[in-house]
Amino acid sequence: MSLPILKKEKLIEVLMMCCSFVTVLTTIGIILILTLEAIKFFAEVPIGDFLTDTQWTPLFSDKHFGILPLLSGTLLTTTIAILVAVPLGLIIAVYLNEYASPRFTAVVKPILEVLAAIPTVVYGFFALQFVTPLLQKIIPGLNGFNALSPGLVMGIMIIPYITSLSEDALRAVPRSLREASYGMGATKFQTAFKVMIPAASSGIIVSIILAISRALGETMIVAIAAGQEPKLTFNPMESVETITTYIVQVSMGDVPQDSLEYKTIFAAGLTLFVFTFILNNISFFVRKRFQNKYE
Amino acid sequence: MNSKNYSRGKLTDKVFKYTALAFTVFALSVLVILLVDIFSKGLARINWDFFRNLPSRHANRSGIMTAMAGMLSLLFFTIIIALPIGILAGVYLQEYGKKNRFASFIEINIANLAGVPSVIYGILGLTLFVRILHMGNSLIAGALTLALLIMPIIIVATREAIKAVPNSLREASYGMGATKWQTTSKVVIPSALGGILTGIILAISRAIGETAPLLVIGALVYVPFIPEGPNDQFTTLPIQIFNWTSRPQADFIINAAAGIIVLLLITFLLNGIAIYIRNKWYKKIKY
Amino acid sequence: MYKLEAKNANLWYGKKQALKDISIGVEANSVTAFIGPSGCGKSTLLRCFNRMNDLIEDTTIKGEFLLDKENIYTDMDIYELRKRIGMVFQKPNPFPKSIFDNVAYGLRIIGEKNKTVIKDKVELSLKHSALWDEVSGILNKSALSLSGGQQQRLCIARTLAIDPTVVLMDEPASALDPISSAKIEDLIYELKKEFTIVIVTHNMQQAARVSNKTAFFYLGELIEFDDTKKMFTNPQNERTQNYVTGRFG
Repeated sequence: MSLPILKKEKLIEVLMMCCSFVTVLTTIGIILILTLEAIKFFAEVPIGDFLTDTQWTPLFSDKHFGILPLLSGTLLTTTIAILVAVPLGLIIAVYLNEYASPRFTAVVKPILEVLAAIPTVVYGFFALQFVTPLLQKIIPGLNGFNALSPGLVMGIMIIPYITSLSEDALRAVPRSLREASYGMGATKFQTAFKVMIPAASSGIIVSIILAISRALGETMIVAIAAGQEPKLTFNPMESVETITTYIVQVSMGDVPQDSLEYKTIFAAGLTLFVFTFILNNISFFVRKRFQNKYE
Repeated sequence: MNSKNYSRGKLTDKVFKYTALAFTVFALSVLVILLVDIFSKGLARINWDFFRNLPSRHANRSGIMTAMAGMLSLLFFTIIIALPIGILAGVYLQEYGKKNRFASFIEINIANLAGVPSVIYGILGLTLFVRILHMGNSLIAGALTLALLIMPIIIVATREAIKAVPNSLREASYGMGATKWQTTSKVVIPSALGGILTGIILAISRAIGETAPLLVIGALVYVPFIPEGPNDQFTTLPIQIFNWTSRPQADFIINAAAGIIVLLLITFLLNGIAIYIRNKWYKKIKY
Repeated sequence: MYKLEAKNANLWYGKKQALKDISIGVEANSVTAFIGPSGCGKSTLLRCFNRMNDLIEDTTIKGEFLLDKENIYTDMDIYELRKRIGMVFQKPNPFPKSIFDNVAYGLRIIGEKNKTVIKDKVELSLKHSALWDEVSGILNKSALSLSGGQQQRLCIARTLAIDPTVVLMDEPASALDPISSAKIEDLIYELKKEFTIVIVTHNMQQAARVSNKTAFFYLGELIEFDDTKKMFTNPQNERTQNYVTGRFG
């Protein structure tokens, strides 16, 4: 094999390595941009104010830069979503794994995954145009824009995240454990909750963490249906603003580029990034650590 | 175990079974209700004019022409950027990468990027492409932003597809004196093609539905023209839907529903193709 | 002169020594069988000759391996080596391509572009491996549509297409049914006219039927190496005797 051919091989390998570097550059880019711009922001707004002020009014004349209202909006919608998605998702996963016939599971699981494939604008529309009017019939006096409606819809959207991963985790548990439980006369319910779920716990935890991360980062459903009023509140019937919708709102507006108001999106973005970054890393390490448990 | 506990256990089991089934049916029904609601609201609006018209202040004259043109152009540019880089990166990491700390670092990194909220990619695109590189809120800026967003999907799918290629095929190739790149390009990648293709289609499906990052980089919400080159401003179908949904007039709501029907059909078609390809490929490789 | 030779060969997988000071010579145009119980090192030694062990991490190799008196580790380019020494594996591993493309693969690797040359070579190789009559009409069909025995003969054709002088076979018939297995044995018998063949097998009857000389390995050592007839009727070493008569392994 002549030298030119070996040289060509090395060149191709270097080219491919550069391609894989793009991901590293992306992460560096994100961290750099968010941090550098946020530092400029914090040069003008003390971190203490940012973390403790209970008002977020950068676009008004009386400017407050407290992140708490946006945080509460984000946490409120996320919590509602998780309260819907986790119980439903887990119970469905158990049902598919333990009770349903393989044929039923083979049909239902992909259909549920369709829920995850639907673009979020569609869910936003559904929340505003169907769910909110429906809720208004049940809860009189409910605002047209509120946190409950998008929260519930987000929850439905996230169910497949929990169901798919949890069902995979349950399926990975060795048959011998299940057979041992049945062999002792346990019912399916007892087997599922006393044996299978604990055994699959790491996979289930990963699925929940990923679901939370997904909910935290959701934008369009909330942008359409939650109204855009930053409020420090935990009342789901009020209209709220999340970190994500704030970022979109400012980008779409006429805020001049190097103004303090503009820099708020970086401070807000950094806050969001820190949360999801921590969650994603935790889930990665949990998954890695327990990946070889049953192999 | 005394019989009282036993029958109580059986009762719990039964109750749970039917509750769980109800939950499953509920989740499925929400999907059905969503589809029925949207189709009932928007189906009547769909006709050739809807596709051909530019957006307008008058709801019944508004159409998705520019949104579709913008979306397809955006997709085109996104794919020609993300595809080669993503696939080559995936091939490198899976086939050439050694099991060292650097490789695990990249793996963690990609897992992280996959979980970063899409608005953050929007901020990245806004700062890097729109401002620093002076691309403005153009198609190319949007394409680059989306390319970065979907790259982890393509890389992971490529890696999984390559991992599934049996080692015996590589051995056969090396045994005949082929070099690493010959083996990779002539045996491994062709064998992994089905899985890679599936990943590409799923990435496209994701890119089509993305709205938030494009809004952040400044994609316009009202675009009465068709973009002609990578430097033009643009809008996409999801953005158009967002625009119409935000209007109070009932006619715009109908437009939004109609737009959603088109968007859903495209999304479902793509996902269906991906599943079909994946199944065919899986059967082929697991001989 | 030996076609293929190992001199004081030692190999370690990490800390575990798999080959202990092995010296053996294979004559041209012969069939040599390596036999021995699982884990005795016969496959490991085989794979040294075409440097397939290079693909496994953490292996240490000492000693000399010679092809036509040239040292395969120091005197030769690894890609050249693998074209002069071909290998057939235990489980048939055709590429998920057409029958034609499988056999043509090696030719395309070495840069052969002439379509006529390729076509003729494919036909010749398939005839050599006694598969031509069965597939001449379906060359464009996927190789995976063939039966196990046909796939293995296809793999042999694929290996022969680039004109190696030595063919290493690692238990080529063990994954096949008895009829296909017999066809492979007939094939090996024919092939030795043109090629030098080394075959690893745990089927002693097969070794007895097919080979000129047999080498018996045990726990990484070469215990006995002699004419096949003699090995099976009057072995010198007691361990060989025990293995050959089925006392163990």
